[in-house]
Amino acid sequence: MKTDDLIAELSGQLRPTPPSAGVMPLAIGIGAGAVASAVLMIAWLGIRPDLSPAMHTGAYWAKFGYTLLFAGIAFWAALRLSHPGTNARSAIRAIALPIAAMLALGVVELATSGESKSLLFYGHSHQVCPERIFVIALPVFAGALWGLRKLAPTHLALTGAMAGLLAGAAGAWVYAFHCDESGMLFVSVWYTLGIAAVGALGAVLGRLVLRW
Amino acid sequence: MHLKVLMLAALDGDARAYRTLLSELSGHLRAYYARKVQTAADAEDLVQDTLMAMHRRLHTYDVDQPFTAWVYAIARYKLIDAFRRNRLRQTVPLDDAGALFADETEDAANAKRDVEQLLNALPQNKRELVRLTKIEGLSTAETAAKLGLSESAVKVGVHRALKTLAQQFSEKT
Repeated sequence: MKTDDLIAELSGQLRPTPPSAGVMPLAIGIGAGAVASAVLMIAWLGIRPDLSPAMHTGAYWAKFGYTLLFAGIAFWAALRLSHPGTNARSAIRAIALPIAAMLALGVVELATSGESKSLLFYGHSHQVCPERIFVIALPVFAGALWGLRKLAPTHLALTGAMAGLLAGAAGAWVYAFHCDESGMLFVSVWYTLGIAAVGALGAVLGRLVLRW
Repeated sequence: MHLKVLMLAALDGDARAYRTLLSELSGHLRAYYARKVQTAADAEDLVQDTLMAMHRRLHTYDVDQPFTAWVYAIARYKLIDAFRRNRLRQTVPLDDAGALFADETEDAANAKRDVEQLLNALPQNKRELVRLTKIEGLSTAETAAKLGLSESAVKVGVHRALKTLAQQFSEKT
């Protein structure tokens, strides 16, 4: 086909583009994925029975805030990466902020708490925590990939990694409604490990799945 | 700036502005790809790929960003994608092709000289046996008929000659 004919055909197909169309696919994918993750978590593990008293503790809100902030920054980075010509560097770097802040809280706790160091580090569920977060994150991960395929990522592995971190953090946020660990150090190590595992999966799959 | 104005109109649904935008972009893209790939046909394929990609992804342009950054980010992605799919013809410019052939004849000449040198180390009758069976490619029966020997004599002779050659070769290297 000649290029001029192509241009005539494409301009005949033009429809107005609403400003929200650049965000909606990713937001819908993640929203639907998060609902599926929540259903999966409740059916599989259940919400912790002491949720309402726990909501008065700082540890609960630290988990809540850490995972939500992490997810938010990764969402921002993934969105910028899937809009060509937009610089995503500062968004990607910003992911270090919640990680560093959570780790700092954990170190302070380690220095000031009367609990044994090994309990603070390992809690009572470190053997299952990262893998549960990984599994619970998978629906969000699938939703994020679905959304990103409707956008235009130009760095596929990096975008896949951000989708994985975003899904991992959202999965960790959902898991926090079950998990009754109250240590900051525990969260900064084992939650982060689960989130990072989904990020690694995303980096591998991105190249295959995100092509357009 | 001019292109961005057209793009903003196109996002509002202005088909005429969009058509003008696409024709102007096709010129820019043609010049861009002409520097990156070998043939005009490959460049034109990439121009069309990129126009179609942009058309399907108009909603990924962030109006706060420079428009050309969006266009060239997509153009670069499509170029890398084409290389990755190995769709571009890998060609050598004609100027360099001469050197390629010259190299090959030189190699062949070197190899021939090396073989001659090795064969010269053999006595005359054995040299003839190896030349006929291994280089000319005659069968044992043909060689036997040509030299007036029995077939088994040819086989044994060739075998011994090659053994000698192998020995000399390993001594040399």
